[in-house]
Amino acid sequence: MNKSFTIAKRELAGYFTTPLAYVFIVIFLALMGAVTFYFGGFFNRGQADLAAFFSFHPWLYLFLIPSIGMRLWAEERKTGTIELLMTLPISTTQAVMGKFLASWAFAAIALSLTFPIWITVNYLGNPDNGVIVAGYVGSLLMAGAFLSIACFVSALTRNQVIAFVVAAAVCFMFMMSGLEMVQAAFKGWAPPFLTDLVASMSFLTHFDGIMKGVIDIRDVIYLLSTMVVFLFANVVTIDIKKGG
Amino acid sequence: MSQMLDIQRLTKRFGPLTAVDDVSFSVEKGEVLGFLGPNGAGKTTAMRMITGFLPPSAGTAVVCGFDVTTSPIEVKQRIGYVPEGAPLYEDMTPEGLLGFVAEIRGLSGKDRDDAVARAADRINLGEVFQQPIGTLSKGFKRRVAVAQAILHDPDVLVLDEPTDGLDPNQKHEVRQLIREMSENKAIVISTHLLEEVGAVCSRAIIISRGKIVADGTPEELEARSTFYNAVSIRVANHKAEEMHAQLTQISSVASVNVVDSSAPIAHLMVLPQDGKPILTEISAFVRQSDFPVEEIRAEQGHLDEVFRSMTISS
Repeated sequence: MNKSFTIAKRELAGYFTTPLAYVFIVIFLALMGAVTFYFGGFFNRGQADLAAFFSFHPWLYLFLIPSIGMRLWAEERKTGTIELLMTLPISTTQAVMGKFLASWAFAAIALSLTFPIWITVNYLGNPDNGVIVAGYVGSLLMAGAFLSIACFVSALTRNQVIAFVVAAAVCFMFMMSGLEMVQAAFKGWAPPFLTDLVASMSFLTHFDGIMKGVIDIRDVIYLLSTMVVFLFANVVTIDIKKGG
Repeated sequence: MSQMLDIQRLTKRFGPLTAVDDVSFSVEKGEVLGFLGPNGAGKTTAMRMITGFLPPSAGTAVVCGFDVTTSPIEVKQRIGYVPEGAPLYEDMTPEGLLGFVAEIRGLSGKDRDDAVARAADRINLGEVFQQPIGTLSKGFKRRVAVAQAILHDPDVLVLDEPTDGLDPNQKHEVRQLIREMSENKAIVISTHLLEEVGAVCSRAIIISRGKIVADGTPEELEARSTFYNAVSIRVANHKAEEMHAQLTQISSVASVNVVDSSAPIAHLMVLPQDGKPILTEISAFVRQSDFPVEEIRAEQGHLDEVFRSMTISS
């Protein structure tokens, strides 16, 4: 585990040595503010809660999270440093965990910088801060699930643009799987259990409850197991096609 | 243990292509093994398997008693590796990169700083220690790559084309470094530059299409050259033909080639029977006769000719 942290430390520092980190954080915060106030109608709702804020997180994550994850493995492949990394005395799992933790920590840093909105809502009224904490926890878990997908897709290619587009598409499918649009594609031919299975995979459904302050253990397990599955797929991918 | 690296029937197939085909050799402490071959012969693939980056299709590499297929971490701890093209994290500084590698290799605190300082000092990284690697010259990048490989003072050093793309001064430096380190390590370097073999290697293996086609000291390989122990003579052109005829009469001479007869001074190459030294005899002959000889010189044998004949014919 120690070695995972060493890798995570390097990766996290890597975000901040390029403009990527700063550009990302500025855009993340600007978009968060914009959608909360304009689309969410933060003031017009007249309620002291952050529902308007959290309900847009899945949509922003949809394209912002793949942009954090896309470089993790694709860049290593492109520059050949994967050969340097994977000939150091570490296991593939340690490398995968290190990279994932770094990107998740970065997402956490960006998310934590939204604290002014928490201060604002507390200044304006008396919100239920427990619900807000639950919202942040849920948002972070969802970011982790999206990131695990982005990491996995990044391991499949050496092209960061492809990694970004494919990861965004896969995340979109996971998010929308509960909605009519995706369900319609399955209903015609798939047996009902498969349709239900697909529906139960929706990030939106699982995030909705948490956002409302109900941390259901099933939702947490769902998000955590999504991470485990994709990180495992990531390890297998790296093991199988290291050279190419 | 003197035998630090033992390659046993190493094989790698990519689909229908066999990149490395049943390669076996071993390297002892103090040896610098040159791994030679044309581009695409399988050098890099073999090195990637030895260092645990690619799994072999068959066979294995044993490093200091550890099998790379069953104990990859132990093997990686004992190897220093500079991959082809010396890839590095370009946004890091040499200081950051060496510190990272040292930590991954289990060093921390003062041990880590000492190891980094020692490696940086040895490779002379002083002036660029805190510049981003992306801004460094090729020579310095190569040095950083070598520094990260020797950080933990490994028993086995594997360098994939360590001097490729460097200028003559930088090549000289890297070779100097390899020679200095060779005393208590087993070193494998791959190269397609033949001058490198004579300069640093104590032994050379020539590989072609994944197979070993020659294995020996650089001198032994040179002895396989048709020019080994040949005598090169430069003589005024108008006497060249006459001299050619007389040289052919000498019993220890196999044949005489005319290398160049267009210039005022012709160039003859006298090839010996069975590769035996003939310089004494030829020079005695030259002294007795009164041919206008400008130069007489013994040939060492040409490694590049051996290389060509071995890698093309197979």
